[in-house]
Amino acid sequence: MRAFRTTLLASLSALVAAHASAAPSAADQEALRLRSLASTCAQCHGTDGRPVADSIVPPLAGRPEAETVQQLLAFKAGTRASTVMTQLAKGYSDAQIRQLAGYFAAQR
Amino acid sequence: MSAGRGLDRRRVLQAAAAGVIASIGGCAVRSAGSSSAARVVVVGGGYGGATAAKYLRLLSGGRLDVVLVEPDPAFVSCPLSNLVLGGSRTMADITRPYTTLERAHGVRLVHDRVDRIDLAQRIAILGSGQRLNYDKLVLSPGVEMVWDSVAGLRAASEQGRIVQAWKAGPETATLRRQLEAMPDGGVFAIAIPETPYRCPPGPYERACQVAHYFKSAKPKSKVLILDANEDVTSKGPLFKRVWAESYAGMIEYRPQHKASAVDAAAGLVKFEVQDDVRADVLNVLPTMRAGAVAVQSGLANANGRWCLVNYLNFESTAARHVHVLGDSIQVAPAMPKSGHMANGHAKVAAAAIVAELADAEIDPAPMLTNTCYSFVDDQRAIHVASVHEYVAAERTFKTVAGSGGLSSAANELEGRYGWNWARTIWADALA
Repeated sequence: MRAFRTTLLASLSALVAAHASAAPSAADQEALRLRSLASTCAQCHGTDGRPVADSIVPPLAGRPEAETVQQLLAFKAGTRASTVMTQLAKGYSDAQIRQLAGYFAAQR
Repeated sequence: MSAGRGLDRRRVLQAAAAGVIASIGGCAVRSAGSSSAARVVVVGGGYGGATAAKYLRLLSGGRLDVVLVEPDPAFVSCPLSNLVLGGSRTMADITRPYTTLERAHGVRLVHDRVDRIDLAQRIAILGSGQRLNYDKLVLSPGVEMVWDSVAGLRAASEQGRIVQAWKAGPETATLRRQLEAMPDGGVFAIAIPETPYRCPPGPYERACQVAHYFKSAKPKSKVLILDANEDVTSKGPLFKRVWAESYAGMIEYRPQHKASAVDAAAGLVKFEVQDDVRADVLNVLPTMRAGAVAVQSGLANANGRWCLVNYLNFESTAARHVHVLGDSIQVAPAMPKSGHMANGHAKVAAAAIVAELADAEIDPAPMLTNTCYSFVDDQRAIHVASVHEYVAAERTFKTVAGSGGLSSAANELEGRYGWNWARTIWADALA
């Protein structure tokens, strides 16, 4: 938890310093869009992919990107059995799946 | 989906992790003509409003002043409240505190109701007389019952004789007590209004829960479903299979029964066409429309019932700076009035509000999901799921072709997922 806070504070102050008076950059806008996209997973997997205590669905935060991509593509293809995940994964493009996996891998 | 391609990917992810608005020109999130932080007033602390309050704080890196106005002391979930009627869960199981929004996220809670909105001056006027200025207003008032659609129902409801329990809370407990007091061999009848209404599968789930209770406690009793619609409006084949296999001879489904009047003393429901029905416990749901404050503020501009919004940011088409969420809106095609969907509306609106206040571009391609579990007894559930994408050419949300679907049959695994969904979405909104 402390490591997470330190990382978060460091990146936050760096960004504030870099952009204190600037108009929002393309990267900032992309970050907001990405976090919004990832929030469509949060109802079942928790805010930013962090599960509630004793959750029976897997955590997404901190999971290696390649692993998440592989699982989501397997759900999408129907090669991994599931109740809802095949139906939901089919709603996302492969590009969105890679973006989601990258976002959750970056959460600590 | 190519917006990120030319950007430094690591920076994007860092910014996302840091709380995005911290990076979006920190000074930009200001109230117009003032040196203080911009203020967003959120009206209604249900699935839509609570989620909006939390995500406005999260996505702004804590830089927005967010005030949540909600009269109730705690969050009581409508989803899963039918399990209280079935007897397998208690009110405490479906209740969560609002205090985490204050402690963990810095949302300012005001336990009051909004009496009036001055749209021109941007002021929400509370029951106490307090006036809250806002830069943006988020309105998530749920639904209001249209009492005049069923003659005699308003008085019967006020007297506590025919309650709706379509907003979980004291009426849920009242309806449970009425079921407990009913003699074995009695009849419970639920009357369903024409769509659209809040929670399409809710009445059919309720019928299952009451039948589940009767099966063990009052096995000679009956459950009548009196539906104004042509057929079951959600998960139809799944519910019908459960009724045939688990509740044969107990649950009876009657379509095309549009309630027109009640006689509480006689225990009667009258219909536009069909014969009167007598029952020991009546649960008559009238026509529904957007929450009262939305209707009174002139925002229900779709047939006077629902609020038309721009689906990119959920801003009302009737008033600038007012964003309407959840069950109150005129829905896009195949978009259910559900708690999960209201949570999704809230996130799209919160991101758009944060972007707009920081002079950033609003996400041109927002996404929504819906996952809805219905419990058919104390253990087994069925689901419907869908994914919705914004289609710019048509300025609406549509389901993504090939996505979504239903359970193959009621099962215990989905019962466990259903309860897990509830605990998780409550935390996503509140904790």
